[in-house]
Amino acid sequence: MAAASRTQSRWGEIALLCAICLFCVFPFYWMVTTSLKTQVVALQSPPAWLFTPTLQNYIDVLVEDRMGFALMNSMIVSVSTTALAVCLGCPAAYALARFEFRGKTDLWFWFITNRFVSPVVLAFPVFMIARETGLRDTHIALILMYLTFTLPIVIWICTDQFRSIPYDLDEAAQLEGASQWRIFRSICLPLAMPGVAVSAILSFIFAWNELLFAYILAPKAAKTAPAMAVTFMEGYSVPYGKIMATSTLIVIPVLIFALLASKHLVRGLTMGAVK
Amino acid sequence: MSTRVNRRTLLAFLGPSVFALLAVGVVPLAYAVWKSFYYFNLTKLSRSEFIGLDNYATVLTSGAFWGAMGRTAMLFITAVPIQIAIGLCIALVLHRPGLTLFKTLTRLALVLPMATTYAVVGLLAQVMMNQKYGVFNQMFGWIGIDPINIIGDPTNAFIGVVFWDIWQWTPFVALVLLAGLTTVPPEIEEAARLETKSNWIVLRHVQLPFLIPSLVAVLILRTADTLKLFDMPFTMTRGGPGNATEFIAVLIERIGNRQFDIGLAAAHAIIMLAITVVLARIYISLFYKDVR
Repeated sequence: MAAASRTQSRWGEIALLCAICLFCVFPFYWMVTTSLKTQVVALQSPPAWLFTPTLQNYIDVLVEDRMGFALMNSMIVSVSTTALAVCLGCPAAYALARFEFRGKTDLWFWFITNRFVSPVVLAFPVFMIARETGLRDTHIALILMYLTFTLPIVIWICTDQFRSIPYDLDEAAQLEGASQWRIFRSICLPLAMPGVAVSAILSFIFAWNELLFAYILAPKAAKTAPAMAVTFMEGYSVPYGKIMATSTLIVIPVLIFALLASKHLVRGLTMGAVK
Repeated sequence: MSTRVNRRTLLAFLGPSVFALLAVGVVPLAYAVWKSFYYFNLTKLSRSEFIGLDNYATVLTSGAFWGAMGRTAMLFITAVPIQIAIGLCIALVLHRPGLTLFKTLTRLALVLPMATTYAVVGLLAQVMMNQKYGVFNQMFGWIGIDPINIIGDPTNAFIGVVFWDIWQWTPFVALVLLAGLTTVPPEIEEAARLETKSNWIVLRHVQLPFLIPSLVAVLILRTADTLKLFDMPFTMTRGGPGNATEFIAVLIERIGNRQFDIGLAAAHAIIMLAITVVLARIYISLFYKDVR
């Protein structure tokens, strides 16, 4: 009797878990299937669940609508800003974890506050500054602006990681006469690599997903993929298949990275407050 | 444990990142403060003039600002309680022992919505919620509901934004709460389960106290992110129909990018920043006690 009710609750639990998965995954299923529909099939009412798939939408968006170009821009910007954030952020994180200095708490607060600042606060001043310095519509403008959120991520996660490395190693190296830079480069950084990798993946995800700065600062030459996707909605006939093909192309890289860093995504989003 | 180092070493380690964040984070803010005291419209540059605090007065007395703040607050108080309720249920199910494979798969599925490009969520909403061709209305049809104009009707469009916010962020809430549940010492939970069979009592008296930090983190971060929310409503409705989904970030974008009134947009931005900094301070003081 008890065993029977236990198996019953097991099945209930499995059904519940499947429902959760379905809720999360169904929009992606719909996105991918719609991207494989011709416009005629996409405009069937009610929507078709079974149809002959075609890759025409992908060919169209990549060739005609310069989506390949936008994806390339996105890739350049996201990879560069991530690399820059890691290069600048790791030494800073090491200093915050290891050195004793005045104003450390204030500096830390300031770094963290950036997590909360909305891009819309910075976008227009930066738009004006970029206009005057000729940086408008360049990769550099976006790479630099994305530092406002990638650099704090790298600093927080890596500070945590450096703190977890035993201090004895530093002391031993100090006795050997190694400089702080040497200790950082040769001892601590290699040991902190897991944290550095996680912070790099998270930076990439946030940079790849960003829309507001891209939309305002890079209207043409440096246009990124999300900004390109927005322009599809401006027109008379809405090309559903092409929009979903574009969406699929944008979302695939970020989902792969998210699955790779799945254990750390929450930590990154809460800035380490929740382990 | 920390090392005292000389000023040059410190500067070498911290200088580059501090300089970079000053350049991209603080210089634009200073510029925004400066411009917020001017009438400064990109289409009427010759009429630019110093107007003191007038822009701030305009913001605080404008219906558009308070309307957008009201809608932002409304979104928060409708979406976040649902996210917490469903998120808590998901976390409790995942926290139960057994069925490891299913639970690992579910956890991976939960990661997907919150990593999805926010702009793409808006596009998905457009496609799936279309009155004629959308799968939502097809499903409504299965349960006998007539097709609803979701995107084109003010109330429904707002509900649509709430739905997608719930879709995207319930998994986040669930995983944060799950992390909170794992902080309950197993021996305490086991002892409690020997005393009572009621899951509710265990939740209320044993698990909830350990969940408080996670809940506070969720509330503060969701507040900050709701204030930031731009991409999804922008790609879904452009703030419309009318101004039904014009949240605060969408409003500021409209003033700056579509009305070209940089001075007024700057004043909005500074007020937003003030709210943001207060939130950040609260979050930091609660969660980073061990910085020193």
